[in-house]
Amino acid sequence: MPNTKLKRVDIIFSEDCVYKDVLADNLKKSNEDILKDILDSGLRGRGGAGFPTGLKWKFTSQETEEEKYVVCNADEGEPGTFKDREILTRVPLKVFGGMAICAKVIGAKHGYVYLRGEYQFLKADLEKALEEFHSFVKELGFDFQIHILMGSGAYICGEESALFESMEGKRGEPRNKPPYPTISGFRNKPTVINNVETLVYAFMICRIGAGKFHELGTTDSRGSKVFSISGDTPIAGIYELELGMSLEDFVEEFGDGDTKAVQVGGASGFCVPRKKFKDTIIGFEGVPTGGSMMLFNSSRSMYNVLKNYVEFFEEESCGQCTPCRVGCQQLKKGIEAIKKGEKSAHYLDTLQKLADTMKVSSKCGLGQSVANSFSSIVDNFREEMIY
Amino acid sequence: MPEIKELVKDLADKHGRNRESLLPILQGIVTEERFISDVAMTEVARELDMSAALVYGTATFYSFLDTKPRGKFVIRVCKTITCDMKGKKQIVKTLEELLKIKVGETTKDKNFTLLETNCLGWCHKGPAMLINDEVFTELDEDKVTEIIDDYMRNI
Amino acid sequence: MANTVKLNIDGIDVSIEAGKTVLDAAKKLNIHIPTLCYHEDLCVAGNCRVCVVEQEGVKNLVASCAMPAQDGMVIHTNTHKVRNARRHVVELLLSEHNADCTKCYKNTRCELQDLAGEMVINEHMFLDLVPDKNYTIDNLSPAIIKDDSKCIRCQRCVRTCDELQHVSALGVAYKGEHMKISTFFENPMYEVVCTNCGQCVIRCPTGALVEKNYLDNVWDAIYDEDKHVIVQTAPATRIALGEDLGMEAGSIVTGKMAAALRRLGFDSVLDTDFTADLTIMEEGTELLTRLKRALVDKDPTVKLPMTTSCSPGWIKFIEHMYPEYLENVSTCKSPQQMFGALAKTYYAEKRGIDPAKIVSVSIMPCTAKKFEANRPEMRDSGYQDVDMGLTTRELAVMIKQAGIDFKELPDEKFDSLMGKSSGAAVIFGATGGVMEAALRTAYEIVTGREVPFKNLNITPVRGMEGVKEAAVKIENVLPAWSFLEGVELKTVVAHGLTNANKVMQAVKNGTADWHFIEIMACPGGCLGGGGQPIPTTPEIRKKRAEAIYREDAGMAIRKSHENPEIKQIYEEFLEEPLSHKSHWLLHTHYQARKRE
Repeated sequence: MPNTKLKRVDIIFSEDCVYKDVLADNLKKSNEDILKDILDSGLRGRGGAGFPTGLKWKFTSQETEEEKYVVCNADEGEPGTFKDREILTRVPLKVFGGMAICAKVIGAKHGYVYLRGEYQFLKADLEKALEEFHSFVKELGFDFQIHILMGSGAYICGEESALFESMEGKRGEPRNKPPYPTISGFRNKPTVINNVETLVYAFMICRIGAGKFHELGTTDSRGSKVFSISGDTPIAGIYELELGMSLEDFVEEFGDGDTKAVQVGGASGFCVPRKKFKDTIIGFEGVPTGGSMMLFNSSRSMYNVLKNYVEFFEEESCGQCTPCRVGCQQLKKGIEAIKKGEKSAHYLDTLQKLADTMKVSSKCGLGQSVANSFSSIVDNFREEMIY
Repeated sequence: MPEIKELVKDLADKHGRNRESLLPILQGIVTEERFISDVAMTEVARELDMSAALVYGTATFYSFLDTKPRGKFVIRVCKTITCDMKGKKQIVKTLEELLKIKVGETTKDKNFTLLETNCLGWCHKGPAMLINDEVFTELDEDKVTEIIDDYMRNI
Repeated sequence: MANTVKLNIDGIDVSIEAGKTVLDAAKKLNIHIPTLCYHEDLCVAGNCRVCVVEQEGVKNLVASCAMPAQDGMVIHTNTHKVRNARRHVVELLLSEHNADCTKCYKNTRCELQDLAGEMVINEHMFLDLVPDKNYTIDNLSPAIIKDDSKCIRCQRCVRTCDELQHVSALGVAYKGEHMKISTFFENPMYEVVCTNCGQCVIRCPTGALVEKNYLDNVWDAIYDEDKHVIVQTAPATRIALGEDLGMEAGSIVTGKMAAALRRLGFDSVLDTDFTADLTIMEEGTELLTRLKRALVDKDPTVKLPMTTSCSPGWIKFIEHMYPEYLENVSTCKSPQQMFGALAKTYYAEKRGIDPAKIVSVSIMPCTAKKFEANRPEMRDSGYQDVDMGLTTRELAVMIKQAGIDFKELPDEKFDSLMGKSSGAAVIFGATGGVMEAALRTAYEIVTGREVPFKNLNITPVRGMEGVKEAAVKIENVLPAWSFLEGVELKTVVAHGLTNANKVMQAVKNGTADWHFIEIMACPGGCLGGGGQPIPTTPEIRKKRAEAIYREDAGMAIRKSHENPEIKQIYEEFLEEPLSHKSHWLLHTHYQARKRE
């Protein structure tokens, strides 16, 4: 089959863009015009949760606090995701540009990039790019400064309120919500926090116009997205694709001919088995993803996959809330006990109910999303869990 | 321990003495010392005028802020699923044989510590590992051997 | 009018002040929602998730303790989804918890056990995780035992130690499955900055943080015919003990307590209030002496402001946090330790008992008193001055163990010697009490007149405000005190170590001009002490305080210097305040300690 069913897009890394011009032009525009563009584009957060970016900017712009911040979430820790690293490596100035435009709209003078500790090696180059950026915004007479803060190995810090805690020098423990960041974020001030990719899309929408973006994708999932493709695929890597594709088409193009399941959205996402490829749409109306697509062929044990995920969560849960801290331990020990025959297969149903409780009662998105992979793998590969 | 005192003071001078300075200071200690000792933490608590238990609590939250002595080179092999699928176990075995230590241990000469870590963000190029801040990807036995040889030669 | 919001809970409309939570609103309707990590004295954590409720239109459950009540909310507190989730949460906690309840000091007094009981949990739903956990039990401290196997990680202790006490001896360490409540580098409580105040103990919902109990030691002493076992009871015990024995908060049980102690078999039932009065004599004189040295002798070495020294939690706090100010602390021992030193000297001599045979027991609203009794400084009698310090709670346990029907006991009096006291001593149990008692006596010594407050009630130092300042203008003094003529004596009172820290910061920054500072480690003073009945809430503290002031108002003698036994001890034994003998037995010095 020819690889034509998936539409390749070239926005994020597009070289047809002089960042200085885009920035200079947009800093001259009215905030209303920029907000309108971002809202009209239909852009939704590319970190995974998918909150409309324009609304985030708008809410924060409406806050009357003097001090506001724009934060770039570069704590890319979701297993199977590596697109932010690629973006920060190749087009850091577009990221900064997106932050600057956001800062103008909301009225922030300081921006922060929270970079995960695993990407320490990127810091020097980012700082170099930042120097160039700072001298340019100074030239434009725009009062805005970006600072880079480093993480130190904690997946949960990708959760926005945990990230603020970490920026404030504390344990990266998610906060109670409400209040939301647009009202009370970093230093309890109104804050826009966007994923790396989201900021670049926002920047590029300001360049190409809302329409060009909006015409891509589907009603609920406008535009394109950068995918991190890994696992059993001959062509693992980074691809920018139009949203709304069917998983069947995706597997046809990226699979190795023997794809048994695709984990969409990383460890906190959903596992889709072969029989459901055809009916699965990649997007907010179907299975959403922050970009992670992990393919598994028939040689893989889905028990091992699940065990790897729950071990990951057991370690990376911040530990503060009961359902997530203890739930993850129980899920892991539970599937092990079933596999060893120490617990009957019925215990899987107990664990499924536990996962449901974790979903509805955990304090933050991490605990809530453990059930996604757990239930989708157990539902679809129950036999593999037992025998 | 006058050096640690100096180091912490310098880091506090550089990053400031409020709570927000805590992570950069702890990161700075790890860069220099590879781990944060109780003495170092006491010093940080003093400089920042905060509880030592809270410094400890914050440090232990972050996987890269080690509180146990580590070697000059800390190797962290990614254990997340795609690296695991691409042969991480063999990489770890090779490293254990090369360094004659188990995961979690440090070589007698204090040069290497071998650890496993969660997703490094190189899933398309697994197995991957970090040695301090340097990344190595698409590892196989030969490549790992070569890398470690290289490090050993340059110690 | 305050801004209110209207919501509906379980079909009932309720209006509540904006900013309050769904839990507050449910409480207003008398709808009980179970909680574990929530505590009225502390900021909201929203961690345990046992208080989850269903909000219409919201997919996930919400933690009612953390969710602000909002207009139009429709909440259900008892749905299938809610019950399932709560049940799971409790089961999960139990799976991480050493649930060997019959071996637990908190058995029948444990919030987790209550909740499990309420849910009728017969068999545990999940795997037991305890065997895989390397839980530590730290019982090295003479005051507090920390047993991680009982911990449910609600972080009440951590928030208490930080928010109320500004100590943070306890913090949260590690993450995920390894997350735990920990001291610095997991060192024993005995070695860290912990003040032993026990505020964590009265907030711990389980048996993870408890006082070290000395019940068997006391019983053994009582049963030992050869021993003369005396007991002293602190001011704040008599207004709280009843709570643990089926009585309302705020019940005054002084007489019943004396009766119960006698029935338990103590050979002599005495009163710390006696040495509270003695403290006023010594500390008041010390203050006046310091003032004289400063104002008349212009002695540059004299340290002012002088702070009180009754609260062993405060002493340990200043030793760790402000060691450079240790000389500002009054050299007076606390009433417990004055009593202890006198018991094995004055009392022994008067009663003709070999001090080696005296076992000196104290009943205290406090866990830090256990540590204090064990201090090496506290052996001036030639023996350990106080052998065992029990909390109010431990006394209640003993009373129950002895099968005494406490509520029906007659009111009895303390024995003598060292059993008489004044109203000034009783109010030691409330924040501001020592200051008020000291002013009642010092003002009168200096001027020959009573303090110029109606009914001797120095109201500016009363109440639950964290830091209270009061100034008393000293005029028309007696000739011996002429140097104080016209001086405005400036005082400040703080309770809870976070407030103490504020006061000390002001002293350190030189922004304060106080002469005398009263500090009590615990919120509300001793009435809210770490050894008091659980729960201790703002409401309960208020009731205990009212009881204390009621007790004071009802006393025939309300000034320390008028206590006849005080006059007697100076005549027969001590001679005068700050005499050589009183320095030997009643005064001490403390040591600088490290900050970690």
